[in-house]
Amino acid sequence: MKKKFLLACTVMIVVTAFANDTTRLHSSATAKALKEDAPPITLPQGFTSVVVTSGLGKARHLVVAANGDVFVKLEKLKDGKGIIRLHDGNGDGRADEISGFGNYRGTGITIKNGYLYASSDQDVYRYKIDEKTGTVDTASEQKIVTGLVAKNQHETKSLTLDNEGNIYVNIGAPSNCCQVQDRVKGSPGQDPCPILEKAGGIWQFKADKTNQSYGEGVRYATGLRNVVGLDWNTQVNELYVMQHGRDMLYQFYPDLFSQKEGAENPSEEMFRIKKGADCGWPYCYYDVDKKEKLLNPEYGGDRKKTDRCADKTKSIVQFPGHLAPNALLFYTGNQFPDKYKNGAFIAFHGSWNRAPEPQAGFFVVFVPFKDGMPSGKWEVFADGFSGFTQGASTGKAKYRPCGLAQGPDGSLYVSDDNNGMIWKVSYGK
Amino acid sequence: MYNFFGWQLVTGNLHLAFTQHSKHMKKVIPAVFVFIFATAFAIQQQPAGLKAAIARGKTVYENACLACHQQDGSGVPNMNPPLAKTKWVLGDKKALTKIILKGLQGGEIEIDGDTFHNPMPPQESVLNDQEIADVLTYVRNSFGNKASMVTMAEVKALRAKLK
Repeated sequence: MKKKFLLACTVMIVVTAFANDTTRLHSSATAKALKEDAPPITLPQGFTSVVVTSGLGKARHLVVAANGDVFVKLEKLKDGKGIIRLHDGNGDGRADEISGFGNYRGTGITIKNGYLYASSDQDVYRYKIDEKTGTVDTASEQKIVTGLVAKNQHETKSLTLDNEGNIYVNIGAPSNCCQVQDRVKGSPGQDPCPILEKAGGIWQFKADKTNQSYGEGVRYATGLRNVVGLDWNTQVNELYVMQHGRDMLYQFYPDLFSQKEGAENPSEEMFRIKKGADCGWPYCYYDVDKKEKLLNPEYGGDRKKTDRCADKTKSIVQFPGHLAPNALLFYTGNQFPDKYKNGAFIAFHGSWNRAPEPQAGFFVVFVPFKDGMPSGKWEVFADGFSGFTQGASTGKAKYRPCGLAQGPDGSLYVSDDNNGMIWKVSYGK
Repeated sequence: MYNFFGWQLVTGNLHLAFTQHSKHMKKVIPAVFVFIFATAFAIQQQPAGLKAAIARGKTVYENACLACHQQDGSGVPNMNPPLAKTKWVLGDKKALTKIILKGLQGGEIEIDGDTFHNPMPPQESVLNDQEIADVLTYVRNSFGNKASMVTMAEVKALRAKLK
């Protein structure tokens, strides 16, 4: 064990050293700045990272315009602004002009066909953007969706658009498992779960119509507890989402789950969504050990019964429990090596419901894809964000990956919502 | 450790008392002795009770609280509030006890401009008066906190009042 740990440390040091060496190829001023605040993230060989900016606070999702300007959505206003624009004037990857607009906090942000879309926890807005210059016409603000459920838990709204003029919005369930009394041990699951009428799914709206709400929208998929990471896969023209699985299996059902099993269960799942999909929440969960979708104990499950879960939409990738997937991005760039093309990057925010077992996540993983389906095992792509030593609590994590975006040159951007650090990851530079 | 700290505190007061104006000395000296005796008595009584309550409270914490508030009481950003050195834990005992008994919807707790969104599940049907007193005493004396005990009688009285 000790030997393995030492080996891991050595590998990390070597990788970090390598990353530092390659970044020093930039101008001396940049190298100096990087040396001072370079975060300890590790990347596969050949990749380097540059800190675009830091100190934005709760930097959630982000998007990069065609001219390279980065737009970041904040969950806590910075100087009264909820959307931050980062402009890199000299091409060194670092932002040298920072401005902001939008006086609401939120998570979702994306760009499509000349419009920048951003969300608060209840509404979706859009603005005209000139992608050649990165200029946003803030006076053109339109509220396209309004009045969505936002009740403290899983309240953030993530956004993606298809090529047909539709926008997809996650409406997370304000609940763990739709119990009569949320998160109270022994409280039974409501059946049917009334939350699913207005939350716990993905809603589809028109991208160009104002003031839409539930009446105008379509419940595109249901049975999704909370989705923060979602993306429209343009290769196969379908929606993919990452679900945050339920909490408290060991704490509520110690007869069914050991402490360790409770830390690993249930899976965080990736779904390929067709219109009308039902992914099973709150009735079902994916059991990491049994490798199948089973009935939740709140609904009479015993880790054996499949029951009504048999005909729910099956996930296409399963990850260990509680890692908290906060961003999903299909890579369509040409900069990274071939194996990354059309594959999925996922930013895991990091766990908390594993305590007292060690916390996990706090990394960006990659899943290779072929024709819209996973073609190999997932692997860690970027790591070292938490800066953890063994046994640390979630609150002690230095950085927590939350958003992903692809730049016009094929670079990958990662945001952190703990301190508001933004990284630009490039290959072979 | 606590004993030592307690005596340090008493000597500190004594020193302070003697530095007062001398014409008050005659009144002050007996008062100081009474105070010393009372404190010494309390020290003999309380640490044993406190220590045992903290030990019992630790077990309750591990079963009912740790998953969300974490082993070191640091909580989870945006979700579950930290328990270390906040007015919510160190301040009014009744308000704190009410939170345990009745729970919270989520969003009510604000610490340094940050809010916490997960609901606090009510514990009134999960934990008894002794367990609530013990776990609060543990939380108020752990993670760098230092505050008075919460007694079973205090929890019992508040539970009855809130019914």
